[in-house]
Amino acid sequence: MFKRLPLPDTSAQKSVMVYFDGQQVTARDGDTIAAALLAAGVEACRTTPVSGAPRGPYCMMGVCFECLVEVDGVPNVQGCQILVKDGMQIRSQHGARRLG
Amino acid sequence: MTTHDLVILGSGPAGMAAAATAVTHGIKPVVVDEQPAPGGQIYRSIESTPVKERRILGEDYWQGKALIDGLGDPRIDYRPGTTLWQLTRRLEVGLLRGEQASMIRARHVILAHGAMERPFPIPGWTLPGVMTAGSGQILLKSAGLAPSAPVVLAGCGPLLLLLAVQYLRAGIPIAALLDTTSTGHYRDALRLLPGALRSAGTLFKGVGLLAELRRAGVRHVRHVTALEAQGDERLERIRWQCGDGAEWHYLSTPLLLLHQGVVPNTQVTRALDCTHDWDERQLAWHPRTDPWLATDVEGVAVAGDAGGIVGAKASAIQGRLAGLGAAMALGRAGEEQTRKEVKRLRRDLARETAIRPFLDVLYRPAAHWRLPEDDTLVCRCEEVTAGELRRMADQGCRGPNQTKSFTRCGMGPCQGRMCGLTVSELLADANGQSVAETGYYRLRPPFKPITLGQLATAAEDASR
Ligand code: FES
Repeated sequence: MFKRLPLPDTSAQKSVMVYFDGQQVTARDGDTIAAALLAAGVEACRTTPVSGAPRGPYCMMGVCFECLVEVDGVPNVQGCQILVKDGMQIRSQHGARRLG
Repeated sequence: MTTHDLVILGSGPAGMAAAATAVTHGIKPVVVDEQPAPGGQIYRSIESTPVKERRILGEDYWQGKALIDGLGDPRIDYRPGTTLWQLTRRLEVGLLRGEQASMIRARHVILAHGAMERPFPIPGWTLPGVMTAGSGQILLKSAGLAPSAPVVLAGCGPLLLLLAVQYLRAGIPIAALLDTTSTGHYRDALRLLPGALRSAGTLFKGVGLLAELRRAGVRHVRHVTALEAQGDERLERIRWQCGDGAEWHYLSTPLLLLHQGVVPNTQVTRALDCTHDWDERQLAWHPRTDPWLATDVEGVAVAGDAGGIVGAKASAIQGRLAGLGAAMALGRAGEEQTRKEVKRLRRDLARETAIRPFLDVLYRPAAHWRLPEDDTLVCRCEEVTAGELRRMADQGCRGPNQTKSFTRCGMGPCQGRMCGLTVSELLADANGQSVAETGYYRLRPPFKPITLGQLATAAEDASR
């Protein structure tokens, strides 16, 4: 649902390779995880603990917690707050994982 | 634990201005921000945005550059990518950066963590493909990302119009702009126009945005009274009703961006147990503050939108006032010395905020946009519907803390950020009591998820 604007600067930017559920995803250096996934066409990054409904980023500013993913083995990371790093292993979160 | 004179939370206009002011009085503030770069949401990514063509994001955006440059002062200890997970009434500040948690102590704290978008609970608002206008703008500024198919924008408020115009300038097609502004509000707001003219610049900019949309021939549907997002697993189409008509209009779209104004993010002031008042005009809770923006918790002030929506320019002015307040509280400035400056700041603030009553009335979301029908989810995290909350009210629940223990509403990862306003208003309505009487969630730290391993690093740090 999102695409990169064809801006002169975008192509010049360094790219970063990350993995989402094992699939290689090319991101732009400086992207947040959530932005990189949206740019790669990933719509849902988790399912809810209650009904298993799919969810994707909603606010992009750290308040809705819909963008939760597992990053390099750490669960419940807010994808919209953390920048991509080369080689990052990102996994979608499923089902009954509650915080606290 | 190290002690710092001043800790400022947030590096948006209020936080940056507070820091710059504090420095001129010999204070070396710590500025903490969750985002990887300064600017808050309004000036987000100024230094790194791939959208360099200035007219796309507009001059108001680029004006933030001066404040951001100020943050580079070596006397400011700016800590990006740092989350506040705890703040106590004794001004112990818990921070988390990556895997490293730490505790510091502050003599004075300025909370400048800004606003969030008002919840917009419509049927289907949890489907992937339904996001906020704010998120659309963040993606544009920070990553140069824009909708790949004609997008639908829906709701009301200056940010929605601004985003529409920014998309147009970037050559992004808009399928429709569904305007939920209530018909009667134009008339009510008109009465406040003379006052609003004191901030004529802002007013004319708004009019300019509307004109730009009209010239571009954007499909602008007015008086939208009902809206639903539909789809299986993701957004596929939307439908809406207009005016008094019962007819549904349909449109296929992969992306719907919602917006009905912004409200203070009160998570931290609530957890500190500051006194909050319900503002009926802004339909939001405000931490109670004195003319120096100090809360009723000793040593804690709130500047900018976190204390009540005032906009970016006024936020910076409040930041300066709070910075002066901090200097006086820390004994670095006297009343005599600052009197002239304070007078000027208060005058500027009055001028900048003169347009607020007009905007608040014009873009006040109608009751049915805030009190959804029974089937609609209110709590996104725990999937609690408006109907369940109304049933709880029937069974005697008077406030959000009761419904929370019965339904888990507000207990999910967002800790009530996305449902809190709706729950308070809904229970007030169902119980025939005021929102002030109904109250809000009692909140406790951590403000953000923190693992035991991370906590252990904080304990180590504190004992050092
Ligand atoms: S998208 Fe809302 S917290 Fe990340």
